[in-house]
Amino acid sequence: MTAVPTSGAAADPRRRRPAIGLIAGLVILGLSLLTAFLPGLVAPHDPLSFDYKAILHGPSLVHPFGTDNFGRDMLSRVIWAYRIDMQIAVFTTLFPILFGTMVGALVGFYDGIAAQIFGRIVDAVITFPFIVLVIAIVAVLGPGLGNMYIAVGMVGWVFYARLIAAEMRVQMRLDYAAAGRVLGYGDVRIIVRHLLPNAIGPVLVYWMTDMALSILLGSALGYLGLGARPPAAEWGVLIADGKNFMTTAWWMTIFPGVAIVLTGLGFSLLGDAVAELLRPRR
Amino acid sequence: MLSLRDLLNRMLQIIPTLIMIMAAVFIIVRLLPGDPASAILGDRGSAEDVARINTQLGLDQPIPVQFLYFVDRVLHGDLGTSITLGVPVAQLILERLPVTLLLTAMAALLAVVAAIPLAFLAAIRRGRGVDLTIGAFFQVGLSMPVFYTGIVFLTIFGAGLRWFPIGGYGDGLGEHLYHLFLPALTLAFSLSAVLMRNLRASIIDVLNADYVDFARSKGLAPRLVLLRHVLRNALVSTVTLFGLSVGTLVGGAVITETVFAVPGVGRLMIESIYGRDYPVVQGLAMTLAVVVSLVFLLVDIVQAMLDPRVSR
Repeated sequence: MTAVPTSGAAADPRRRRPAIGLIAGLVILGLSLLTAFLPGLVAPHDPLSFDYKAILHGPSLVHPFGTDNFGRDMLSRVIWAYRIDMQIAVFTTLFPILFGTMVGALVGFYDGIAAQIFGRIVDAVITFPFIVLVIAIVAVLGPGLGNMYIAVGMVGWVFYARLIAAEMRVQMRLDYAAAGRVLGYGDVRIIVRHLLPNAIGPVLVYWMTDMALSILLGSALGYLGLGARPPAAEWGVLIADGKNFMTTAWWMTIFPGVAIVLTGLGFSLLGDAVAELLRPRR
Repeated sequence: MLSLRDLLNRMLQIIPTLIMIMAAVFIIVRLLPGDPASAILGDRGSAEDVARINTQLGLDQPIPVQFLYFVDRVLHGDLGTSITLGVPVAQLILERLPVTLLLTAMAALLAVVAAIPLAFLAAIRRGRGVDLTIGAFFQVGLSMPVFYTGIVFLTIFGAGLRWFPIGGYGDGLGEHLYHLFLPALTLAFSLSAVLMRNLRASIIDVLNADYVDFARSKGLAPRLVLLRHVLRNALVSTVTLFGLSVGTLVGGAVITETVFAVPGVGRLMIESIYGRDYPVVQGLAMTLAVVVSLVFLLVDIVQAMLDPRVSR
């Protein structure tokens, strides 16, 4: 990776976007996290209580997102789903980022036979359509969120490891890494204190994208009946519940989808802004 | 240009990948709760039946030997027999695979057809209203789950406007293309977003390169500069990204086929999971991985043709 400055980039008015993108991303994700932690404070109704006098009611002042086929308030269900879906975003990516960073740092630093084996693992994993692999593992382990985390963890770390290994190799060629060796620092100190802090940037950017992708994956599995189980309010499950009522009660499907898009947007805006902030220093 | 030797070399590289794919599938099947014999027989099997099946499948052998048996069977095209349908898995996959391939090919074509002109428009008018509108539209596309896009398209263009059928595959190529258009559009939506963003950024970079200034200053027509110099060079990284996205596209097809009731391998996979038909799930995972690795090979070749620096 060579840091060739693009002459036209400075003239690109989009360069002003990081600030706007950063603020928008932070606001969206801040509110999403708040909702995830305190759904009871934000939701106007109980997400699970049936109201047979209010079945499939359209959006109104009492039920801004309408009600479902059991008379449950859709706004409250979408709000409570924040808790599960934000948990999916964090838990799905936690093991991959930690383990992947560790493996990637070692493979990038030491090279040799380990790097060769790693290269072949990467080839095989990126060849498997990710969702097919996850679905196959969930099929074997059984449906549910816990098994989804295991399935993603088994393959997801490879992408982080590949990123960090590539970045470590770039950093190791720079003078400061050589200086560390000349000063007689141990490998662990050079990796953890010197190289990793400089190599972690792309991983953080990818993490943002990955959290958005995890929500898409989690909701897809929920939709297929392989992720969160009903009656838990999860956006994919809510969309699956609503799809048969799409022509008569569109609000059951549309609003959970809007929540997914909005949260995904928050992650990608923040990711883009972080990438932009990291760029001038490189 | 890519030499025959490079091509052969690249083709040989696929062998370790294929072995890894088979090993991965083999390991996943070992993770099955209980032994495969019980999974095949269900609750009906007696102890003798289990033992007979174990011998039949070579499961009484050590694990490495079992793996060799497995590889041998796979190389002979034997992927086992479907538990629920009683048909050879290979036959089942061969029947359904063309549907999925047609769907993904249509989706890839639609995505490219949409992404290239829009990326050009956005790059040339960067920072203006058109660019920001295209950017915002695709930003939403990136965050939209494929099953949600599918349901929305199905409701608007299928059930509402009745322009397209709400599911199925039809008879004859014309009917197939007509039935698959909406599912392909659904799949293409997020892929075109990824491609558009990448291509827009590359075009902006290439537009600022010296050789483009030179081409302009020697009086080459703007259209020729864009086609011969800008597009060709900007496409290199997009082709790589396109190749890497094929896996996502195939994964998306699994979900799209479920939404639109398209009888391809994706829907077969989900049905097999519900029916706990492990041989089919295993065969499908392997077939799809092989298809994707073949596409990767193809992408490498195209990339080498676009950028001679790639073929060293």
